[in-house]
Amino acid sequence: MISSLDRKLLRDLWRIKGQALAIACVIGSGICMFVMYRSTFDSLGLTLRSYYDEQRFADVFVSAKRAPESLAPRLAAIPGVAQMETRVVAGVTLDMPGMDEPAMGRLISVPAAGRPRLNDVFLRRGRWIAPGRPDEVVVSDSFALAHGLEPGESLTAVLNGTRRKLRVVGVGLTPEYIYSIRPGDLMPDPKRFGILWMERKALAAAFDLEGSFNDVALRLVPGASEQEVIAGLDHLLEPYGGLGAVPRSLQISHWYLSNELEQLRNMGNTLPLLFLLVAAFLLNVVLARIVAVQREQIAALKANGYSNRTLGFHYAKLGLIIAAAGSVIGTVAGAWLGVEVTKLYTDMFQFPVLRYDLAPIRVVQAVAVALGAALAGVLEAVRRVAALPPAEAMRPEAPADYRETLLERIGLGRFLSAPSRMVLRNLSRRPVRTLIAVGGIAAGCSLVIMGRSIGDAVQVLMDEQFTVIERQDATVTFTEPASARALHELSRLPGVAFAEPFRSVSARVRHGHRSRQTAILGLVAEPRLSRLVDTRHRAIPLPAEGIVLSVSLAELLDARPGDELIVEVLEGARPVRRMRVVQVVDQYMGTSAYMRIDAVQRLMRDGRSVSGAYLQVEPSRADELYRRLKETPRVAAVGRKAAALRSFQESIAKNLGVMIFFFTLFATIIAFGVVYNSARISLSERSRELASLRVLGYRRSEISFIFLGELAIVTLLSLPVGFALGWALSALTMKSFATELYRFPTVMTRQAFAAAGLTVVFASLVSGLAVRRQLDRLDLIAVLKMRE
Amino acid sequence: MIAALTPTNGTPVFAAEGITKVYRMGEVEVHALRGIDLALQEGELLVLLGPSGSGKSTLLNILGGLDVPTAGRVRYRGEELTTADESHLTLYRRHHVGFVFQFYNLIPSLTARENVALVTEITDDPMKPEEALGMVGLGDRMDHFPSQLSGGQQQRVAIARAIAKRPDVLLCDEPTGALDISTGVVVLEAIETVGRELGTSVVVITHNAAIAGMADRVVSMADGRIVDERRNTERLRPDQLSW
Repeated sequence: MISSLDRKLLRDLWRIKGQALAIACVIGSGICMFVMYRSTFDSLGLTLRSYYDEQRFADVFVSAKRAPESLAPRLAAIPGVAQMETRVVAGVTLDMPGMDEPAMGRLISVPAAGRPRLNDVFLRRGRWIAPGRPDEVVVSDSFALAHGLEPGESLTAVLNGTRRKLRVVGVGLTPEYIYSIRPGDLMPDPKRFGILWMERKALAAAFDLEGSFNDVALRLVPGASEQEVIAGLDHLLEPYGGLGAVPRSLQISHWYLSNELEQLRNMGNTLPLLFLLVAAFLLNVVLARIVAVQREQIAALKANGYSNRTLGFHYAKLGLIIAAAGSVIGTVAGAWLGVEVTKLYTDMFQFPVLRYDLAPIRVVQAVAVALGAALAGVLEAVRRVAALPPAEAMRPEAPADYRETLLERIGLGRFLSAPSRMVLRNLSRRPVRTLIAVGGIAAGCSLVIMGRSIGDAVQVLMDEQFTVIERQDATVTFTEPASARALHELSRLPGVAFAEPFRSVSARVRHGHRSRQTAILGLVAEPRLSRLVDTRHRAIPLPAEGIVLSVSLAELLDARPGDELIVEVLEGARPVRRMRVVQVVDQYMGTSAYMRIDAVQRLMRDGRSVSGAYLQVEPSRADELYRRLKETPRVAAVGRKAAALRSFQESIAKNLGVMIFFFTLFATIIAFGVVYNSARISLSERSRELASLRVLGYRRSEISFIFLGELAIVTLLSLPVGFALGWALSALTMKSFATELYRFPTVMTRQAFAAAGLTVVFASLVSGLAVRRQLDRLDLIAVLKMRE
Repeated sequence: MIAALTPTNGTPVFAAEGITKVYRMGEVEVHALRGIDLALQEGELLVLLGPSGSGKSTLLNILGGLDVPTAGRVRYRGEELTTADESHLTLYRRHHVGFVFQFYNLIPSLTARENVALVTEITDDPMKPEEALGMVGLGDRMDHFPSQLSGGQQQRVAIARAIAKRPDVLLCDEPTGALDISTGVVVLEAIETVGRELGTSVVVITHNAAIAGMADRVVSMADGRIVDERRNTERLRPDQLSW
């Protein structure tokens, strides 16, 4: 049996249903984001952990040039090592039908009998490699999918200069390549990069690595010191061309994933807060108005013996019901969006299964957070209900205390009409409420700007990378550093208009106690194709001596121009040199160090060897060129800019489009919620006054001016605030998105401001008009008879 | 304490001694009551007469436990109201006092029946809302909302709401202030009936001297003081009043 007081509650709620719905939607948006981000974070994290466990993902990884198998027991004996596996890993080019340029493959050795001890392959289709079948391979799922490869089909690979036909017997996945990206690429491109697993013996034979290995993965004993194991590994592998061990945290796939997880968690914690703050404010204002209107009802209830606690809770329930409704809307929408986002992740990341899982605790948290926000919002009103002295509440409220506004006090009042004065005095009588309303709308405005700025930042990054920095059409990488003659041959291939060499070596760079393993890229003094350009598009010439650092590397090393670094080359004769930082280049992408190509060649003492070349290609002969390159054994990889750009745009555009849509939707909800509520309350407070004006002969349009003028001023005030807030929010977001690989510029475009402004103005107009319809229906006699 | 608030013969229902009340309204200090001594007997119908601003509403609020005096003592059946705390005053109002206001103070979102139920739900041994509405002659309007009722009908709902708890005292603040004569008479009849049938002590405050005819006793107030007190030898029926 529902009590009469609760019946009143439900009817009160029904009377303010529009406002209640608007607030519930704002709460719902916040809860939706919370649930979406956190549940996706949970699902991804959970999947990751169980996948790592089941496939025995390694803790430390290291590559070397060539080490004898007899070294293996010594590696396994390093204190702290629980399990160790040596492997042969080699790059191959793959001749895929339908592609002019070669695709790049990575061959990883697996034992013929049994399964890999670490980094096991999850077999999705087909079967495992049969012992003694050197031509059998298991192919990574994404590559198989991109080329429509099925078990039983074959593909052609160039292994160490020899073309071989390989038979696909299975399709698999590995925790090592959940994020499967070709070194140097910006985005995964499953068509051009694949993983192949092959029997160790056959693979070693093809690369002259019998009785040797060039790659090690190991798992640590719980509690073992990662640093010490890495030091031990590096020490033992140094004579064999060890490239420096990396912990799991820096393993490329894991590193991307943990960045992604971190972002999900940050977004899930910060964005909902914005919405709940606005919702709490709206509840505060709405409840305050209801309590003011029901002042005499409250007094009557108190006179009839209702206690402060009962009445306080009665009004608190109003907020709590709205919050509960909001959390239901938000949780359902969040779970639905979570499923969709998880689907996007299944495209981006290679998991055996990525199951979306909404943990009950997240729902509980969501509801608790929503109710908490609601309580915070209603607190003030509840306090007022309790404090309302019933005897005093019987008397009509004293007239509100108005003052002249600043504008009038400085003598500008005479330029204002009476209605304009009313608008200004109303706004200035409650400065805090006006400010918060401005803040709420500004929050919506800023969200649109932020959503857009992410898209714009990516656009700038792409323009930068693909038009300013990379002017080449293709990048050719040799399997081994090649002589100057190879470059000459390359430049004489059909369709090559111009070839610019580069020499890259992997090195560990030290500054004080900080060190970083990176690539040192040797470029010609004044590159024409792949240039060194700072964020202001200025081309940086390479100095004859010394080293140039990208800004992220300089930050990692805490190095400034003039500082001296120790460079330990991890290839060839492994020279160690002191080098001075000549310049730090402000770049958006990469953690590279740059030198003049001749300086690198001198450092390596290997004549005029080059790692590859950037090519300018005559479009008419491009196909022919790529066919020729595919047949050149020495070529390890061919990167085509157009293809990279396309794959980047495809995957980014889809995700960004969805994201911008939702940010705009949420922003609209927030702006609408704030404006609509302000309008309703202002109508409720002002109806008597406005009706009096109508009786005095004011026209509808004139009283609408007073009423809508207030909204217009609040909306207009909120625009610059929203723009500034949007700029700050974008800058903050870009900062939080920044990783070692990317730094995002905070891009503010006129379009973003325009979109944000239009969204807010649109939301204001719609809610203003909705309330104006009620203004037109104002019952003059009834309003005047009513005792305020 | 509440259990002790049961009627005992001989003692007055209310005894007020030297009540003063000063409150601030905006920036003005208002002396609403300047030393009032008043007693109300069991089953008595008292009319408090006075112009607006004479302090009668303030006195009524203090008797009803809605307000406390600045100085002086009020006892209800021998129990001190002036020192009672908020929760005791709440229980006092809940169980012993019925209020009727000039502007009815009905909850607009509740029907007549529900407005009465609002009170019956929180008291011991109340009437049924239907019974209370029947007593004020609104048995056929129980499911109407306040906005669907005339002023007199709304006031009778308020009376039904006030008496449904079978209060010991019914306090009416200008119950006919917003009504025309004929409607006012109906409302006063309802009040009179309740007092007679339930034996409730009734205080009616009004600035309308004509109403004084229906009282056992008439107390006149002006400027926060009692200026006159007389006893009617014969009580008039409300339909005999004229104004």
